[in-house]
Amino acid sequence: MRRATAGLALLAALLAVLPAFARGYALSVATLILYFAYTGQAWNVMMGFAGQLSLGHSLYVGVGAYAAGALFFHYGIGPWAGLWVAILLCVALGLLVGFLAFRFGISGVYFALLTIAFAEFTRIGFDHLDWIGGPAGMFLRVAQRDTWDLANFRGPPVMYYYAMLFLTAGAFALCSFLLKSKAGYYWLAIRENEEAAQALGINTFAWKMLAVAVSSAMTAVAGVFFAFYYNNLFPEQIFHISRSIEIILGPIIGGIGTLFGPILGAAVLTLLSDGITELLGALGWELPGIKQVFYGIVLLIVIVFLPHGIWPGLARKLRLDR
Amino acid sequence: MALLEVHGVSKSFRGLRAVHEASFDIPEGSINALIGPNGAGKTTIFNMIAGVYAPDGGTIHFQGKAIHGLRPDQVCVAGIGRTFQIVKPFAGLSVLDNVVVGALLRERSARAARRISLDILEKLHLGPKRDLPASSLTLPDRKRLEVARALATRPKLLLLDEAMAGLRPTECDQMIEVFRRLNVAEGLTILLIEHVMRAVMALAQHIGVLRHGEVIARGKPEEIVRDPAVLECYLGEETEV
Repeated sequence: MRRATAGLALLAALLAVLPAFARGYALSVATLILYFAYTGQAWNVMMGFAGQLSLGHSLYVGVGAYAAGALFFHYGIGPWAGLWVAILLCVALGLLVGFLAFRFGISGVYFALLTIAFAEFTRIGFDHLDWIGGPAGMFLRVAQRDTWDLANFRGPPVMYYYAMLFLTAGAFALCSFLLKSKAGYYWLAIRENEEAAQALGINTFAWKMLAVAVSSAMTAVAGVFFAFYYNNLFPEQIFHISRSIEIILGPIIGGIGTLFGPILGAAVLTLLSDGITELLGALGWELPGIKQVFYGIVLLIVIVFLPHGIWPGLARKLRLDR
Repeated sequence: MALLEVHGVSKSFRGLRAVHEASFDIPEGSINALIGPNGAGKTTIFNMIAGVYAPDGGTIHFQGKAIHGLRPDQVCVAGIGRTFQIVKPFAGLSVLDNVVVGALLRERSARAARRISLDILEKLHLGPKRDLPASSLTLPDRKRLEVARALATRPKLLLLDEAMAGLRPTECDQMIEVFRRLNVAEGLTILLIEHVMRAVMALAQHIGVLRHGEVIARGKPEEIVRDPAVLECYLGEETEV
C-alpha cells in the first residue's frame, strides 16, 4: 500500500500543476477525463461495491443539472444553493427507484431495465416541460469568463478544471473511506452473495438503499457541474442512454469495484476517443461512423483480454496491491 | 424455558405438505440433531427457524420471544447463526474479510472485527489461509468458512445445515471436535441437520426424527437407535451405527 500512496501523491501533484502546461483544448480534455472519473466513481459505488447495475445514471446527471440550472435561470439562485436542491431531488429519485426494485425483489438485468426506464421517462417528461425550455433547451447566461466568480461558479476554463479535480479527489477519498468501513464490507458481501449476507444479520434492503443514495447524490453534483460548465441543457442529450453508457464505460474498462479503475478508465477512454479523432483527421479518413468502429474495437479488445479491467492487472505488475 | 421452542409449525409448498405440526424444544447449552430421510422436511424446518420462510401455522420462540415471520437478518440479530448446505462464500473477498463481515454485526469498528475474526479462524484451522480469496478454498475449507462466518455474529444458537456432508472421515472428526469444544467451552447451543450418522451419534445429546414432515420420535441417541418406528422408516433393517 505504501507504493500506492506514493503513486497517488505523485498523480495528485501532477494534476495540480497541469494547467501550467495545458491550455485550451488540452485543458478541456483533462476536465472531461476528470468528469468521467468522478461520475464513474459515483456509479461504481452502486455497481462495483453493492453490485446493483444501473444503466440510467444520466437520470441523476440530468435532474441535478436541470435543478440547479433552472433555479439559476429563473430566480438567479446560485449553484451553491442549487446544489443541495439537486442532491435532494436526485437522492429522492434514486430511493424511489431503489424502493420499487428492492422491495419487490427486482435485481440483475431487470433492475438495470428499471433504471433505464426511469431515465427515459424523465427524458420524455422534460421534453414536454415548458418551464425548463422543453426540447428547445435551456441556456444559462454566460457573463464572466476571465475572472474567478466562485459564488456563481463562473470563470475561466481552469476554474472548472480545478473544481472537477477537487470533486474527483473528494470522491476518491470518500470511496476509499467507505470501502474500509462497515458499509464497504456490507456492500461487497451483498454484491458477492445476498442470501449469505442476509444470514449474517445484514439488512440488505437498507444497505442497498444507502448505496443508491450515495451514488445518486454524488452524480447529482456532477450534474450541477455539467450545467454550469456547458451552460446549455437539452433533455434529448443529457438524459440519453448513451450518456449513461459513457459513465459506466470508464469503470468497466478500468476495473469495476476498484478505486483507481474509474480514473484510469476515464483517462484511457477519453484520450483514445480524442486520439482516434485526431488520427483519423490527420489521415484524412473522414468516413462517417469510423470513429465509433475503432472505439468499439478497442473496447472489445480490452474486455476480451482484460475481463476484470486494466487496473487489477496493472496494480499487480506495479506491485501497488501490496 | 428452552432456548428454542418450535410449536406446531406447518409449511406447504403449492399444496405439497413439507412440514406438518412439528414441535420440539432445544434446551440451552445442548447439541441437537434433526434427522430423517430425504424430503422429510428437515431443511424446511431449518429455513423456517432461520427466517427464510414464514410458517403457515405454528410458533417459533427464541429466548421467549416469537421469531416466526422475521427476516433472516433479524433472526441473526436475535442470536441465531446458520450455515448453508450449499456453501455460499463471498468468493471475491479474502477468507478473513468473509469472517469480518459477520463480526461487524456486533462490532463497531472494522479493526475490532478483524481481531475477533482472526481468533475464530484459528479455532477453525483456517488461520494460515486468511489472506487467500475464498474462491480458492477446497470444499472442506469452505464448510469451515461457513461455520467461522456464522460464529463471528456471536450466536447463542448455531444452526448447521449438513456441515459435514462431503467431508472425509478424518475431516469430519476434526469438525466434530470443533463443535464439541464450542459447546463445552463457550456454551454454544447447536442444532444440526445431518445425514452423516457418524457425526450425529458423536455429537448429539438429543435427536428428533422427521418423516413426511412430522416428528415421529424424539430422544437420546441410544433411545432413537432402538425405536422401532425409526428403525423401520429411516435406518432400515441394517444400520451402520
